[in-house]
Amino acid sequence: MSGDLFLISARTVGLAALATALMLPPGIALAWLLARRRFPGQALVETLVSLPLVLPPVATGLVLLQLLGRRGPLGSLLSDFGVEVLFTWKAVVVSMAVMGLPLLVRSARAGFEQIDRRYEQIAATLGAPPLRVFLSVSLPLCRRGVLAGALLGFSRALGEFGATILVAGSLPSTRTIAVGIYNATVIGDDATAFSLLLVSAGLAFGALFLSNRFATQSTPVGPS
Amino acid sequence: MSSTITLDFVLRQGAFSLEVRERLEARVVALFGPSGAGKTTVLESIAGLRRPDEGVIEIGSDRLVDTSIGLALPPHQRRVGYVPQDLALFPHLDVRRNILFSAVDGAGPDFDAVVALLEIGEMLVREVGELSGGERQRVALARALVAAPALLLLDEPLAALDRPLRERVLPYLIRIRDEFSIPMIYVSHDPAEVNAIADWVLVLDQGRVVRRGPTA
Repeated sequence: MSGDLFLISARTVGLAALATALMLPPGIALAWLLARRRFPGQALVETLVSLPLVLPPVATGLVLLQLLGRRGPLGSLLSDFGVEVLFTWKAVVVSMAVMGLPLLVRSARAGFEQIDRRYEQIAATLGAPPLRVFLSVSLPLCRRGVLAGALLGFSRALGEFGATILVAGSLPSTRTIAVGIYNATVIGDDATAFSLLLVSAGLAFGALFLSNRFATQSTPVGPS
Repeated sequence: MSSTITLDFVLRQGAFSLEVRERLEARVVALFGPSGAGKTTVLESIAGLRRPDEGVIEIGSDRLVDTSIGLALPPHQRRVGYVPQDLALFPHLDVRRNILFSAVDGAGPDFDAVVALLEIGEMLVREVGELSGGERQRVALARALVAAPALLLLDEPLAALDRPLRERVLPYLIRIRDEFSIPMIYVSHDPAEVNAIADWVLVLDQGRVVRRGPTA
């Protein structure tokens, strides 16, 4: 059983890390767009990104199930390339990423909004094209916001249950800590359930602790 | 290198409007006038941080703005070195990396020459937060210089410094003027400073040039 416990914990951490890596590029891009640009449909994008925060996770799972199913718009495209997502570890990663994304975007967006635009403007006058301004000024100046957001998203991913159970099930190959706790409790295996609970609490505590540290130790962002 | 600077534009912002119609041949032009006259707005229009409603801005044969054909080059294509009043040194980079941020290989004044001229060699490894006012000013100047600008815009470079410090930094500005043949537009409201560094003065008041002429 303890071998299983280790495997489930390692899998959960690994997949949550992968999900965090997956959400970082779109998350940072969305955060930057929402903080810096005004575009038509902005309020809509803003609401859509945050929707997984308030929607029942199972409902988000249902949306993913429709999208990723063999006849779904994404699923059919992927299966043309021989990629099956549903009920594999990939489905776990996707649901973790979708559920963690809103937290990353919120935190990173606040980070971008705190940066004095002056630095970006002056970087441009010094000859830096927009992408270079972003990579060498904006992103480093809000790295704490992005890191705090990534850790929050990671914490959320660690605990993902509702969407995961729908798109990945509770197979031995897809079982995460949250799903494992549910399973063990249902079959009356309290020892496993409590062990997983302890692991889960420890991991969540660590990630949140770090996230808060990054969020509060702010870098100087005012004009120098 | 004496390139004519053409400023022929109108910029409106609420009740304020700025109208400048000048062809400048001088090496160092001082923009002089009370606060709120539009001096910084002139600089930011040239640097590309503000967009004139109509008109033309040219440095030599380079056209930066021509609203009649919808042209307004983005700031990074203008080759204008702008040292704003708040300096905006990057807080996440040390002094060396601040200066090298804009370095253009093989063009303009090179890093070592600028560092030597402004005597900032010892500061290179320091964080910008550890610098004094006069040191920050010199680092911001160095950063603008190594970007190989075709025009240097200085917004009250000495205003934040106390008098003894001003007297120590002013010679560096004069050195820049004499060593590198980069034309400058220099905003100030101190007549002594203007006389020391500029050869042409524009007096700006409420968005209009009310007087122009050589310095004494």
